[in-house]
Amino acid sequence: MLMKPIQPARDPDPVERHTLSIIVDNEPGVLARVIGLFSGRGYNIDTLTVSETEHERQVSRITIVTTGTPMVIDQIKHQLERLVPVHRVADLTVEGEAIERELALVKVAGRGEARVEALRLAQAFDASTVDATLESFIFELTGSTVEIDRFIGLMSEIGLVEVSRTGIAAISRGAKGM
Amino acid sequence: MQREMTGAEMVVQAMIDHGVDKLFGYPGGAVLPIYDEIFQQSEVQHILVRHEQGAGHAAEGYARSTGKPGVCLVTSGPGATNAVTPLTDALMDSIPMVCISGQVATHLIGNDAFQECDTVGITRPCTKHNWLVKRIEDLPRILHEAFYVATTGRPGPVVVDIPKDIQLARGVYTGPQNIVHKTYQPKVKGDLDHIRAAVDLMTTAKRPIFYTGGGVINSGPQASQLLRELVKLTGFPVTSTLMGLGAFPASHPNWLGMLGMHGTYEANLAMHGCDVMVCVGARFDDRITGRIDAFAPTAKIIHIDIDPSSVNKTVQCDIPIIGDVAHVLEDMIRLWKAAAVTPDKKAEKAWWDQIQAWRGKDCLAYKTRPDVIMPQQAIEALYNATHDKDVYITTEVGQHQMWAAQFFKFEDPNRWMTSGGLGTMGYGLPAAVGVQVAHPDSLVIDIAGDASVLMTIQEMSTAVQHDLPIKIFILNNQYMGMVRQWQQLLHGNRLSHSYNESLPDFVKMAEAYGCVGIQATRPDELDDAIAEMISVKKPVLFDCRVANLANCFPMIPSGRAHNEILLSADVDDVEAEALENAIDSTGAALV
Repeated sequence: MLMKPIQPARDPDPVERHTLSIIVDNEPGVLARVIGLFSGRGYNIDTLTVSETEHERQVSRITIVTTGTPMVIDQIKHQLERLVPVHRVADLTVEGEAIERELALVKVAGRGEARVEALRLAQAFDASTVDATLESFIFELTGSTVEIDRFIGLMSEIGLVEVSRTGIAAISRGAKGM
Repeated sequence: MQREMTGAEMVVQAMIDHGVDKLFGYPGGAVLPIYDEIFQQSEVQHILVRHEQGAGHAAEGYARSTGKPGVCLVTSGPGATNAVTPLTDALMDSIPMVCISGQVATHLIGNDAFQECDTVGITRPCTKHNWLVKRIEDLPRILHEAFYVATTGRPGPVVVDIPKDIQLARGVYTGPQNIVHKTYQPKVKGDLDHIRAAVDLMTTAKRPIFYTGGGVINSGPQASQLLRELVKLTGFPVTSTLMGLGAFPASHPNWLGMLGMHGTYEANLAMHGCDVMVCVGARFDDRITGRIDAFAPTAKIIHIDIDPSSVNKTVQCDIPIIGDVAHVLEDMIRLWKAAAVTPDKKAEKAWWDQIQAWRGKDCLAYKTRPDVIMPQQAIEALYNATHDKDVYITTEVGQHQMWAAQFFKFEDPNRWMTSGGLGTMGYGLPAAVGVQVAHPDSLVIDIAGDASVLMTIQEMSTAVQHDLPIKIFILNNQYMGMVRQWQQLLHGNRLSHSYNESLPDFVKMAEAYGCVGIQATRPDELDDAIAEMISVKKPVLFDCRVANLANCFPMIPSGRAHNEILLSADVDDVEAEALENAIDSTGAALV
């Protein structure tokens, strides 16, 4: 009775994408600690943004988009919370639909019809033109990752030269803060 | 207390203020100001080691045997890099350790200066936290934080990297009153609702087990007492990880022995068959669980741990309790008493009958031979000669370590120092130095292997210099025994580089260091030789020649379940072929 046969391996849980906001003390090496944790333990970083948010309190906010099974995501949160300079870790994905935005600078080159088409598309996406020469534009676009992906996809048909993206900045909806 | 002093004075003062009176270190250019301070005072005793790795392991031994933080002091560059192994070791085994490292002067940092290395960068992944001190104003706070972080919550190693100009700079030192860290605030009390749910589950258990670990030891001697009390109340059987040995007395009838890869048959089978598992301060290491999807298939799991990241890391638990073991056990005992449980005598008897049947396998049995000392026999002889003494045991890593864990029976916590998580060969000798420093009148024995001991043998010189009569009991089989055992299991008995040719003559080596060398080669001379070792009031290297090809059983091969445990009766030690098929290719990759 006690020697039950071994159960077959469970199907691996599906991989989920989560956006984590991490409030840290703005001390030297804190970013290295966070990303070292990810690389050391084999977790994924899809995007990463970091900046000081409250200068007086010397606090920075790190936003990381990561993927993993629910068990791994939980591990990531606990491991982050364990770091000494971490104030708080919020999983914006489970706390309700958060606002997620990225900024992209998109350089496009072309002449004639391509150039007109680029401008027309930029207008349709509400991108602003931050630089222009006779044969190029640089567009600035803020939006969701999907929107920016779509914009870049279209531009690559026309004459995409290069892209610089910030990665996701995210914040939860409503009155409550972290 | 507030006083103006140099950074170097602050380091020494902080040690005194945190109750540290011993530290282990090795001087060098970037720590000379601190060494100058040490020279001019008498409250802190410095133990000069022979290699910074030795300083770190000695600090670990000191910490593990006293419950106090171990402190080591190393210079910049190679001093710091040599400390990386003990830091990692302390991180894996949750040992409170404060490592002070010297650094080149602040204006030289980043210039590839002489003996410069990025100490905080290198030690970031192998410490609980670390600091590079750039301003003298920050030094007192950082020193106090370092002791606080190292010793609270889940203990661990920290590094404070202090540039030489900061050591020489003057500033105001403030004592360590009311340290409150703005972000680091570990939780010690467990959630009462979870504890209540756990007790409810325990009262309904038919086949319960306590699976205890190093967390019980780290929680302090009180936790071990509370564990004994809870076992007395519940009547549950108890097994422990390697790191937890001593938290529960091995002489107790509820003791099943160690579990895991080289654990006892009864402990592993009871883990496999239990319906309620109470994990107390252990972390479901792969050496414990074996094949994870076949781990305790019928068990509801309660997991007590101070570190939330240990919970649900490898094994999903049903009731997590985040808190300090002693605090949680105290609540559990109170709630269990209040529940006024009427024991299910029938279920209890069935479970213990089953355990008795497993015990009947006598899984640690081995055959003695008239002409050769068996390694198990050597440990048993050592145990018989020392268990009624005030004895502390350290080990290196390998077969001898597992035999020590199986055959040396511990009754109390803090008596057993071993490198569990990292598996550091060379740990035991310097750890014994640290233990002997903390307990000068006790008997301190490093149960060693011939390969491991050579990794840090230079610390014999430390033992001699500081009159530390440590006993290094070497189970000498001329092999890296555990490596060889794995090669027999996994690699077709091709013993690639696991044979130690040209071993030194350990007796002469002892004499060269100014210690005493003793050799035993035959079973009939073992007891007398051990008695001689104990009676000598100097460091001893004991060369115990044991059967060369003995292997360590029971064994759960990697990638197998607890109930697939191999017993020595199943496998003839000398006939390696029987071992070869014991592990499949998936297991081979797991090692």
